Formats: sequence, C-alpha cells, structure tokens
Amino acid sequence: MSEFTIKDKVAIAGLGETTYYKRGAAPVGEFRLALEAIQRAADDAGIPVTAIDGIASYSNDRNDSVRVATALGLPELRFSNMFWGGGGGGGSGAIGNAAAAIVAGFATCVVVYRALAQGQFGRFGQTPAIRTISGAPAYTWPYGMSTPAQWIALRTRRFMHEHRITQDPLAAIAMACYHHAQFNPRAVMYGKPLSRKDYDESRWIVEPFHLYDCCMENDGAAAVILTSAERARDLKQRPAYVMASAQGSDFRQGAAAENGPDYSTSNFKTLAPRLYAMAGIKPGDVDVAQVYENFTGAVMTSLVEHGFCHPDEVMDFCRFENLTWPNGRLPINTSGGNLAECYMHGLELIIEAARQVRGTSTCQVKDAEISIVVSGPMVAPVSDLILRR
Amino acid sequence: MPSDDSQSKTYLPAGMPAPAAMHDGLDREFWEAARRHELVVQRCNKCATFQFGPEWICHKCHTLDVGWHRVSGRGRIYSWERVWHPAHPALKSACPYIVVVVELADAGKVRMVGNLLGDPMREVKIDAEVEAVFEDHAEGFTLIQWQLVER
Repeated sequence: MSEFTIKDKVAIAGLGETTYYKRGAAPVGEFRLALEAIQRAADDAGIPVTAIDGIASYSNDRNDSVRVATALGLPELRFSNMFWGGGGGGGSGAIGNAAAAIVAGFATCVVVYRALAQGQFGRFGQTPAIRTISGAPAYTWPYGMSTPAQWIALRTRRFMHEHRITQDPLAAIAMACYHHAQFNPRAVMYGKPLSRKDYDESRWIVEPFHLYDCCMENDGAAAVILTSAERARDLKQRPAYVMASAQGSDFRQGAAAENGPDYSTSNFKTLAPRLYAMAGIKPGDVDVAQVYENFTGAVMTSLVEHGFCHPDEVMDFCRFENLTWPNGRLPINTSGGNLAECYMHGLELIIEAARQVRGTSTCQVKDAEISIVVSGPMVAPVSDLILRR
Repeated sequence: MPSDDSQSKTYLPAGMPAPAAMHDGLDREFWEAARRHELVVQRCNKCATFQFGPEWICHKCHTLDVGWHRVSGRGRIYSWERVWHPAHPALKSACPYIVVVVELADAGKVRMVGNLLGDPMREVKIDAEVEAVFEDHAEGFTLIQWQLVER
C-alpha cells in the first residue's frame, strides 16, 4: 500500500450552484455565473469567500483563475490548476488535483468550478463551418464524423455487438435519470418524465442514440470547496470526505481515426483498480453512483469497468429497477444527471455525490456511505472519485 | 440523403471541410497517395509495426525511422453508425448517411473511418468485407470510401 495517498485527508465542505437554464437562456453572462456559484459554495461551507486560496478547473474553462481571484478580492492565490484535456473527463480529476494541493501543503481551501453559457460562445455538437481541416480530424470530418455523439455511438455500437446488447440498457439508463429528475425541482427536466414509448419514438441523432440518449445543453455554473478533513469538521455542513481519486488514460487511447487499441472502452480499465485500491474498498461497497452521461452508451461501459457488472451481464444489470432510487441495487444519477438535471459538464454530478453522503439528496439513498463519481467517459483523459460519509 | 448512384461524384454533398496535409508534413504522403488512388499506412522501418494516425516516432520501438507502406484496401467493418442529425450546415440534406470504421486486412489492427457507399438505409453487418473506393473531389483532394465486397 503506497504511502502516497489523499485518502480521507480532504473533504468537500461547500456546494454552490446557480439556477440551471436551457442553452442560451441564462439572464447573465458566464463569468458572472461562475462568481455566483463560488459565492454560494462559500456560503454553504460557512466561510468567507476570501478564505479561498486555490482554484482548480477542467475542460478549458474560460473563467480564468486569476480573473476570478481578482474579482473576488482573494488575498492571495496559492494554487491555479487546469486539468489537461478530456473535456468533462476532467471533473473528478480537478477534485483530485485540489485534494493533492491541500495534502501537499500548497493551499488550504480550494474551489473547483465549471461555468457554461454555450449561447454566449457557440455550441457543442456542431462542426465549425471551416473550409479545410488537417491533422487527426482530417481523417474523419470529411466523412461527416466529427462530434462526440458520433464517435461515442461508433464505440457503443461495437460494445453492443461484442456482448449482444440491445437498446434496452440504453433506454433504462435514460429513464433512470429522468425518473430521478422528477423528484428534483432544480432539474431542467423536472415535470417532464420519460416513458419507454417517448424514448423509442424520439428522433435518432446517430444510431444507436436517440435524442434522449444524449446530454442536454445548459447554461449555469457549479462550484465545490475543498479543505482539510480537520477544518471541514468545524464548518457548517457534514463533510464529504475524499476517499480516492484517479485520472488518466489507457494505452494509445489518443490514436486518431478511431485507432485506440481497446476500441469500446470507457477508458477506466486502468483507473478503476487504482481508485478502489486507494480507497481500500470494492465495487460492492458503493451505495450510489454518479456516472457522466455524455451519452447513455458510455454510462453502460463505465458501470462495467468500475466492476458493477460483467460485460455479459449488462442486459440483466442495466434495468430500470436496478438503477433507480429508492430500492435499486445501484441507483445512478440521483438528481437527474447530465441527461435530465443539467449538463454542467459533470460538476453537478460531483455535487450530487456529495449530497448523497451528506444525506440531503432529493433521492436520498438510505444510509448512503460511499458515493462514486465517474467523469468522462469514452474520452481521454478521464477521471473518477470516491466520497464517503 | 447522400447519393447512392454510382454515377454521382461524391457520397456527401460539397461543403464539408476539405482535408489538408499537416503543415509540418507528417501526413503529406497519406493524402498524396490517396490522390494516386493508393491507400498507405505508416509502418516502422525498424520493427514493421503499423500505426495510424501517423506520428514522428514508432510507438513500439521509438525509432524516428518510420515510413509509409501501401496496403490492399481490403478490410472488414469494425463498427458503423447511421447519422440522422446534421452537425454541419452542408449536411442538412445529406442525412441519414452511414459512417463505418474499417479494420484493414493487412495493416496490423489499423482502422480507417469512411462512409459506406450504397443505400444509406441498408442493414449494416459488423465483420462484412469491404474494399476501398477512391473518391476524387473537384477541390483537389481524394477521400477513401468503402463498399461491400460482393460475394
């Protein structure tokens, strides 16, 4: 067992979110949303915002750390960190980086945030209308293959072929997320349940993904504040202790034109063992899971790679009754997730994972002690996180 | 709908970004070979390992002595999808269309991405044999498309 570990040394002490709006509908700009979320996280923790001395983010967040520190009048900045690459795959990794900074003694109180106002800046899932393209995208864009939905659909299709999987698990994952959103008044899809019929009849985006297999597009901001476990115990909320985090990428997963050797992986085969080893737990110890749904297909492979079921058991395991609160074997995305709460690039999943250990979720799993977050998936690098009560 | 008429020039309509060789020359040979209607894959001159996309270094033995090797253009469908939602303005009239990932028959496990010529609503079978078809574009580049090998 390595002596190099963040296990139980750091806790999430504050959670902050703005209202989540449909894409383009935020009444204020993205930077202002970021400041609001950070302020709310500080209020939630019961600390002045000026106690923050470290900043970490991911996915090339546009809301520059030094600008944030300046706007908030932070006395000094001791940690300024961007998880490199992977889009939403960096969310848990940003938490891990913040925890490492605290354990290393670089900073004492680190905020991790993500703010998105796509309407202001241009839309995901669209190929820019440019005349030429070179490098890796040149091997796929001219064939009309350019967006995450499109390459994740290809890899999902291969996984479905290898393990004889039908549309049913994808539908079950979508329906589970929408089910949980019906209990969460903050969810964008609150009041808009999803039936199997609605799912089947919704338009194809790219087979095998229907509209409802795809994450939403939202404006908003979310922030969490981390501090040492000792300090967190003195603050306003029950701490959500960081048991472990892992980040990275499997062998040559960056190869262009769909040449990652392990084709249909979510990219967690090397992370999950490290994550569980650092935490000192097994998959069976996990009470509730937040699994990033860029698309339902990638949730399926992530559940397999985190040891919740064997690939040949997906048809049995990924059923609505197993994935839903209150009685499911492993409730997932219990505030609605990227599909139905909001698409805040997975930071809202980290917030929900923390709520589950605090006991304050709108779909609170009874006696939830251990709460996992999977960030990515099917991107590179990816990351994951375990929190405990 | 894309065209499945063998007389038509291109599977997708004009307006998609045109591929251009990288400025540093790394993949110039790939695109020039395509113009000559040849499919080439990078292969290490020391250990014969294939790799794609091309890199300056062999990922296996780390020599800088990597070259290009012509392959047969035969392969099997490794995965596929039917795209219904246009992610580019030029594709609004093209959907649905098929994208395939093809595992080449004679290039290690290297794969290529392209379109499957023919009826865009057809049933697609993974492991079906396909062969490369070179699609010349008036703008001065050639794409590598795929068609089923008739048995």
